[in-house]
Amino acid sequence: MDYVIEMLNIRKEFGNFVANDNITLQIKKGEIHALLGENGAGKSTLMNVLFGLYQPEAGEIRVKGKPVKITDPNVANDLGIGMVHQHFMLVDVFTVTENIILGKEVTKGGRIDIKKAEEEVRRISEQYGLAVDPQAKIYDISVGMQQRVEILKTLYRGAEILIFDEPTAVLTPQEITELIQIMKTLIKEGKSIILITHKLKEIMEVADRCTVIRKGKGIGTVNVSETNPNKLARMMVGHDVVFSVEKKPAQPKQDCLVVKDLVVKDARGLTAVNGLDLTVRAGEIVGIAGIDGNGQSEFIEAITGLRKAESGSVRINGKEILNHKPRKIIESSVAHIPQDRHKHGLVLNFPIGENMVLENYYQEPYSKHGILNFKEIYKQAKRLIDEFDVRTPSEFALARALSGGNQQKAIIGREVDRNPDLLIAAQPTRGLDVGAIEFIHKRLIEQRDHGKAVLLVSFELDEIMSVSDRIAVIYEGKIVAVVDPTETDEQELGLLMAGSSRKEAGVDV
Amino acid sequence: MSKRLSGIITPIIAVLLGIIVGTIIMLVCGYNPISAYTALWNGAFGQVYYFGEVVRQVTPYILAGLAVAFAFRVGLFNIGVEGQFIVGWLASVWVGVSFDLPKIIHLPLAIIAAILAGALWAYIPGILKARLRVHEVIVTIMMNYIALHVSNYLIKNVMTNHKDRTGMIKDSASLRSDWLQSMTDYSRLHWGIIIAIVCCFIMWFLLERTTKGFELRAVGFNQDAAQYAGMNVNRNIILSMVISGAFAGLAGAMDGLGTFGYITVKNGFTGVGFDGIAIALLGGNSALGVFFAAILFGALKVGALNMPLEAGVPNELVDIIIALIVFFVASSYIIRVALNRFGKKDVK
Repeated sequence: MDYVIEMLNIRKEFGNFVANDNITLQIKKGEIHALLGENGAGKSTLMNVLFGLYQPEAGEIRVKGKPVKITDPNVANDLGIGMVHQHFMLVDVFTVTENIILGKEVTKGGRIDIKKAEEEVRRISEQYGLAVDPQAKIYDISVGMQQRVEILKTLYRGAEILIFDEPTAVLTPQEITELIQIMKTLIKEGKSIILITHKLKEIMEVADRCTVIRKGKGIGTVNVSETNPNKLARMMVGHDVVFSVEKKPAQPKQDCLVVKDLVVKDARGLTAVNGLDLTVRAGEIVGIAGIDGNGQSEFIEAITGLRKAESGSVRINGKEILNHKPRKIIESSVAHIPQDRHKHGLVLNFPIGENMVLENYYQEPYSKHGILNFKEIYKQAKRLIDEFDVRTPSEFALARALSGGNQQKAIIGREVDRNPDLLIAAQPTRGLDVGAIEFIHKRLIEQRDHGKAVLLVSFELDEIMSVSDRIAVIYEGKIVAVVDPTETDEQELGLLMAGSSRKEAGVDV
Repeated sequence: MSKRLSGIITPIIAVLLGIIVGTIIMLVCGYNPISAYTALWNGAFGQVYYFGEVVRQVTPYILAGLAVAFAFRVGLFNIGVEGQFIVGWLASVWVGVSFDLPKIIHLPLAIIAAILAGALWAYIPGILKARLRVHEVIVTIMMNYIALHVSNYLIKNVMTNHKDRTGMIKDSASLRSDWLQSMTDYSRLHWGIIIAIVCCFIMWFLLERTTKGFELRAVGFNQDAAQYAGMNVNRNIILSMVISGAFAGLAGAMDGLGTFGYITVKNGFTGVGFDGIAIALLGGNSALGVFFAAILFGALKVGALNMPLEAGVPNELVDIIIALIVFFVASSYIIRVALNRFGKKDVK
């Protein structure tokens, strides 16, 4: 059997932690090989070993049968290995061509021969059906296009094996379909692809074979045609997984959050939220669907007091809170599970116990006469840790030491326990494994069943569709449609998210 | 290796490395390192007089170290301890010479004046940082020069009639004690050391045990999370600078009301504030660490004076050793990596 790449019995340690334990990955020429695993399973470590960013403690890498030592990314490039990063590494103000040749400039007499480079880029783009304009500036083109530029970059450098790191995370459903087409074209042209993902649907749709790793160990390699999502999930998690979220129909009551004509500017001073209207009632979950960068972050920051709004009105239980201080909003019975748990959610260098009272440390019984009562703080922390199943060595361990999933559970425990009238959850399951996601979804629905209002923001359509009672689609800072999840599908949502009106999306208004 | 253990071992290794490299430099320059270090030790602890002087020197060092450390724990780099020290010194002497009051009022008043002067001097960079995001390092460096030259002007033109030195403070404002002096063979030891030790406790208690300290620490580690949790980040930034400046001003009072009892026109900085940076660094920005680091620096500083007399080694060499210690503490990352490597070998 001919393999283009073989990673045999790779072992990588970080101190006492074994990130990759005897993992074997063999890629055939011309196949799409999926690498499946939960977050923290060791996928990225394995790929960084292949890309020369880490040196393995044991094991062998062979390229086309020959053993090689990949000491840094340049060696990987020379061997024809290219990485399409999840977070694009592009210079915004450069053109497509300038970005592609960056670091590999074609020069003529000491000057960059941009004409020649453009021709070359156009040629490759046409060969693989990428349809990229070599002269466009990066800030002018869509996220999907930017990803193609990343693909072009690796092809321009002569890559034979392309590693795609979670490529669909930032794309609309339509863009995902196009990406899959591109991947198939690449295979037809003789390239091989490693697809890193934790989305089972994509693997079923596009991959030929799939290697599953769990907790740093290789679980096995299967032919995708001979398996199904349930089997893959079991391999990935180690036990059976319930995919659908069970919930009773919502029983919405009075209005809790009413946003009218909200305008918010982003950090660059551009209008990010542009006249947004939204109502969330007690006893329902409203999901905000949209592509990243359409004003979701600014919207959440504005209603939680973290960012100044230009104009509009935000009422909670009838009380105006626009541009109030965060503490005042918190005390208006609002809880917020922030999008970035490291930036906003936790003080990583605090013990997890102290993080559990981050918002109410100044209230009794945690403080009295300006003196902290650690006994009460850690009693509360212990209770939340037990109740929300936060896996930590102890309540005194630094928050930094916990895994992402447990950090998130801690935040959710803290926020839910305050028993807020309005719970704002911004991407609450980002980067979490299947088990943790299930847990979090249950908690959100539980809050709803207790008659609380829940506002959910997520870039995962599956999550929005399965958890929400109503879906509000955000596009360029406006809510462009509110739909019932039982009466819509991904196709329609995708079109709405991309800016089509409901009529165009094929729905009667 | 546990974090706490390496937090203790790292500065000790840095000190040892500083001494070893200092030894090499002495050998290269043709001095006898053994007699030099013996002279250093004798100069610090050989006689009760020297010991008294060490404690006297340690007093402002502790407070200057606390000043730097406190700001640092809230994420600010207060380079202006030197300037806050000078204005504190000036304020304490001013109150000390100007009033005639019973000791129970006069001494606290002079101390409070120093605290307020230092706090005010640090409030300016604090508010500039909080309101306008001006970097505190730039402003505090400028404020040092302003403090130096304004205090010189005031001493010459306001407090005296074109003299280089103010008069002595009244006894009622003095921290000096005949008892402490006679016990230490008439060193300049004064009651300030008690104040400094109490301040170590205050710093620890304030940061680790109070509600405000919780906020200050949260702001120091993660401003975004502090804001998210409803804390007023700007107010905490200003407060931390004010408290830091208060410690620094108090350090000035130690020299003003204790060691000297007057203030002179200065050609340049005293260096106490800058040594405070090194002390805070060596002490890992904790109250207890600052206490021990200040003792070390005080002993080095006072002991060095004996080196030219007893061993014929220039006392500038001690400055080099102090610089080396600071260098090794600053590069403690390297030491920690080395420690981890040794630690790993033990496991295997």
